[in-house]
Amino acid sequence: MLDSLPMLTILAVVPLIGAIVLWSLPAAKSAVAPKVALGFAGLELVLLVLTFMAFDRGNAGEFQLTEQFSWIPQIGASYALGVNGLSLLLIALAIVLVPLVVLAAWKEQGVGTAVGERAAVAANRLRLYLALVMVLTTFMVLIFAARDVFLFHVVFEAMLIPVYFMIGSFGNGARRRYAAIKFLLFSLVGGLIMLVAVFGLYFQGPRGEEGFLIDNLTNVVADPTLEKWLFIGFFIAFAIKAPMFPVHTWLPDTAQHAPAGTSVLLVGVLDKIGTYGMLVLCLPLFPNASTWAAPVIIVLAVISIIYGGLLAIGQRDLMRLIAYTSVSHFGFIVLGIFTFSSAGITGSSFYMINHGLSTGLLFLVAGFLFLRSRDGSSQLIAEYGGMQRVTPVLAGVFFVAGLAALSMPGLSTFISEITVLIATFEANKWAGAFAATGVVLAALYVLLTYQKIFTGPKVEELSDKPDLNAREKWVVAPLLALMLILGFVPNIALNYLEAPSETSVSVLEGAH
Amino acid sequence: MITQLLTEFQAPTISWTYLLPIIILAGSGILSVLIEALVRDSVRRPIQISLMIGAQVAAFISLIWLGVKSFGPNGSGTVLPVNQALHFDAWTVGIQAVLLICSLLATLVLIDRTSAKQDPFVATAAAVPGSEYEELARQRGLQQTEVFPLVLFAITGMMVFPAAGDLVTMFVALEVLSLPLYVLTAMARRRRLLSQEAAFKYFVLGSFASALFLFGSALLYGYAGTVNLYGIAQVAQAHGQSGQIPQFGLMLILGGFLLLAGILFKIGAAPFQAWTPDVYQGAPTPITGFMAACTKIAAVGVLLRVLNYVVLLAPVDTQRALIGGLWVVAILTMIVGTVAGLTQTDIKRMLAYSSIGHAGFIIVALMGLNASTLSAVVFYLLAYGVATVGAFGIVTLVREVSEGGEVLGEATHIGQWAGLGKRSPFIAGAFSLFLLSFAGLPLTAGFIAKYTAFSSVVATGVSGMGVFNPVPLVIVAIVASAISLFFYIRVIVLMYFVAPAEERALTGELAQAGPNLADPAEDGDEPSSTSPEAVRTSVVLLDSAPHVEVVKSEGPTLAVIVVAAAFVVIAGIYPTPILGVLTSLFGG
Repeated sequence: MLDSLPMLTILAVVPLIGAIVLWSLPAAKSAVAPKVALGFAGLELVLLVLTFMAFDRGNAGEFQLTEQFSWIPQIGASYALGVNGLSLLLIALAIVLVPLVVLAAWKEQGVGTAVGERAAVAANRLRLYLALVMVLTTFMVLIFAARDVFLFHVVFEAMLIPVYFMIGSFGNGARRRYAAIKFLLFSLVGGLIMLVAVFGLYFQGPRGEEGFLIDNLTNVVADPTLEKWLFIGFFIAFAIKAPMFPVHTWLPDTAQHAPAGTSVLLVGVLDKIGTYGMLVLCLPLFPNASTWAAPVIIVLAVISIIYGGLLAIGQRDLMRLIAYTSVSHFGFIVLGIFTFSSAGITGSSFYMINHGLSTGLLFLVAGFLFLRSRDGSSQLIAEYGGMQRVTPVLAGVFFVAGLAALSMPGLSTFISEITVLIATFEANKWAGAFAATGVVLAALYVLLTYQKIFTGPKVEELSDKPDLNAREKWVVAPLLALMLILGFVPNIALNYLEAPSETSVSVLEGAH
Repeated sequence: MITQLLTEFQAPTISWTYLLPIIILAGSGILSVLIEALVRDSVRRPIQISLMIGAQVAAFISLIWLGVKSFGPNGSGTVLPVNQALHFDAWTVGIQAVLLICSLLATLVLIDRTSAKQDPFVATAAAVPGSEYEELARQRGLQQTEVFPLVLFAITGMMVFPAAGDLVTMFVALEVLSLPLYVLTAMARRRRLLSQEAAFKYFVLGSFASALFLFGSALLYGYAGTVNLYGIAQVAQAHGQSGQIPQFGLMLILGGFLLLAGILFKIGAAPFQAWTPDVYQGAPTPITGFMAACTKIAAVGVLLRVLNYVVLLAPVDTQRALIGGLWVVAILTMIVGTVAGLTQTDIKRMLAYSSIGHAGFIIVALMGLNASTLSAVVFYLLAYGVATVGAFGIVTLVREVSEGGEVLGEATHIGQWAGLGKRSPFIAGAFSLFLLSFAGLPLTAGFIAKYTAFSSVVATGVSGMGVFNPVPLVIVAIVASAISLFFYIRVIVLMYFVAPAEERALTGELAQAGPNLADPAEDGDEPSSTSPEAVRTSVVLLDSAPHVEVVKSEGPTLAVIVVAAAFVVIAGIYPTPILGVLTSLFGG
């Protein structure tokens, strides 16, 4: 029965309805907004389970639950959705993180903290913020399910608008507008470069009313020079999104000024669109150019790993630190993809999921920590000290999240990182050797930070701050559980990821 | 001699049916003048309004009827209703339909007196600004309704302009549409000197452009011995085919250039754009919206018609010269529109530069010169026109208010729009939507418009048609779109992320710099956070500036905003039906 329902469209539409409901709530009733949002997020989880039931795991390499309708036939655009194992898990990651973000924002986080604002105003702002989260959920589902290049591009750009407002209107600090604009301009420029490539690609394909379907465009570019240019067009957009050195500079600013919940979705899910795009668009559409560009990309990825790690160690702002660790981690993901081996791509796919969980947890815990600072929002590491004795549970959760960032065995991140590293060593010893230093750097930035914030002498003003409350524990618990479960039984996820990566490899080999 | 002429003269066969939309509008214009002269003051306005709207609706319906009759299933095809002086072809129908949609929306904005109960036009246009007579007229509450016939005549001219098949008809149409606009520009109720200055500039420059047009026509007549576009093109083709250098070949190129200059002036393309910002700023805002949308649509219609003959029949060297010239114009226009737009602090001037930029994009789109170009350009004009009318409609509602609570003129300084998102979420939301559509972001009509337009141009480049490969133009256009994003986004930032002047005054944040500039502080800022640079480049006004308020619409403007916003979203998500109609109209 489930097979006959357009599950992916339903997954996309439900949060949109949630957003409309939230928008149309009268301002006076804003107090119920978090409950409404959580209700829709919960409903979305249920639908996700149903989607998993409808998905045939034995065929995870194939795109399933496909839907295809003519959308704008005059320009060849179709509304085509479908998921393979990887896309499904990324959608799942988004849908699992959304209720946690809603719960984390429940009262105060990042929202309505401005001085002198009354509670009603704050509640109204929270309602609008949650509506944006819901809109973003719709786009996140659509982009990972899109099987049409035009649809992908439209969603790729359209989703910037809610994020832009989530940073600019609801962010913190004086420079949040600057951060929002920097984010928007970087992403839009990437999107426009991609648009040029989208134009070019269409005219290489069969054109016609279904000319934008990814399946119709796979490896169609006959001219090798043109293929390289088109590849570069797509790759730049994805490298900005991912973000990779040298186009990563927007991320630290954005993460610093965005509310913690926004950072969770931005870094945890949205940045995966970059690496996901490399995997499902760049590789199959331009296989020869991908092989051609791989050496340069591997060098850039290794630079990202080391550079991100080094800069993370030097940060004074915790949010910027987490952002730089992500630059380092994204280096690993890109590295794994461009080994062109089944193991490397599987490792990278799993890395995407794990990074979403671990970085999401880090941002959330960091957000909870900031609420306990002197002014209720300080992000400076130097403001804290000895918090281990004040807020032991918070410290413990932060520690586990940190261990996940440095890929401790027993946590899911270990498996993905070691897989990527082994695959890299097999592909290129030097790249592997340099990338491995990233592990050492990770230990440094995590442990040093923990030491500064949670150990040492207590800061007097902070000594009466409360530990995590029940709601906050509920926010972190699912993520901890997922990381442990996937750490010990990784096959739950790997079963979904291996087949798609073998498909990617076979496409590449078929092109040679 | 005279008898000889009489025998040679053949009365044109006129298919009156196909002139119906134009006759309705012109007739209503004349009727409107009579009403102006004969009907009592108290009932004149409602009558004029219903006549104006009724005329446009009737013209639109008759146009659609004729369009379906000619170009629907089993349609009879192209008609030349007055010998070859007018075309009734698919292009005419498409352009005139878009024109009437936009003019109808624009006139709805024009009739709205808002909750201030004053229309945006001066009580007695003839009164010298600041004179006792003017004051007297204001106190008596005089109002004149000559706006309505003027607008009707302008629309008539705009309808004929793109349909014209010979240079004389074209010139007459150009003047019929221009002269009322000069007068309308001068009729702003507030800032009358600015308005009159704008009108004077427009008139002088417009006359100059008309003169260029006329001179070009004269040269072309001298070259070909006919004013008929098709006739000129045939002579040119004969010259081209005979292979010999035509004796007056330079006259063809020069005449073509001058003709294009006259048309490009109306489009507002660089280097003929200088009048646009001043006129858009000085004219009464509803008229600005009307001009920005409708004049451009009509002029683009003519440009394509001329271009069509150039490409079909002109010798290659003429094509190279004229199309090359348009390349330069397109690139210049896009650069001027986007770069100068970046520095504007007046919302109407910013929209003016935005419209200049769009003129550049449209000229790029015209370079496709194939069947899909036609539908792409018409869709572009529709998306641009509707959003433009909507945007200027919003400008009419954001007003300054005096200390005593009297509603004054429009608050056009961008700084006065700060914090609009909080005070008036609907207005700010709709305005953001229009700006995003101008910027061409996905899920707005502007994106689909730019996409279809540029892809039709790329298709031409790929297929190797045309004398130049237009793909580089598209790349410039995309870069220009990227730059223009910045100034559209800037307004959105102001509306949503910056607190309005009054609110900042309440929270005790005092201005530190400049006579009229405050620090762009906002809620949640640390007071010390503002860099000197931020203060210098700030567009935020001091709290001593007049209070800004969004006045209530009487209804029509609100309806226009709602319709335009809905159009921008729906055509952005599902443009298929509109594109389908256009595709069946143009068969591409």
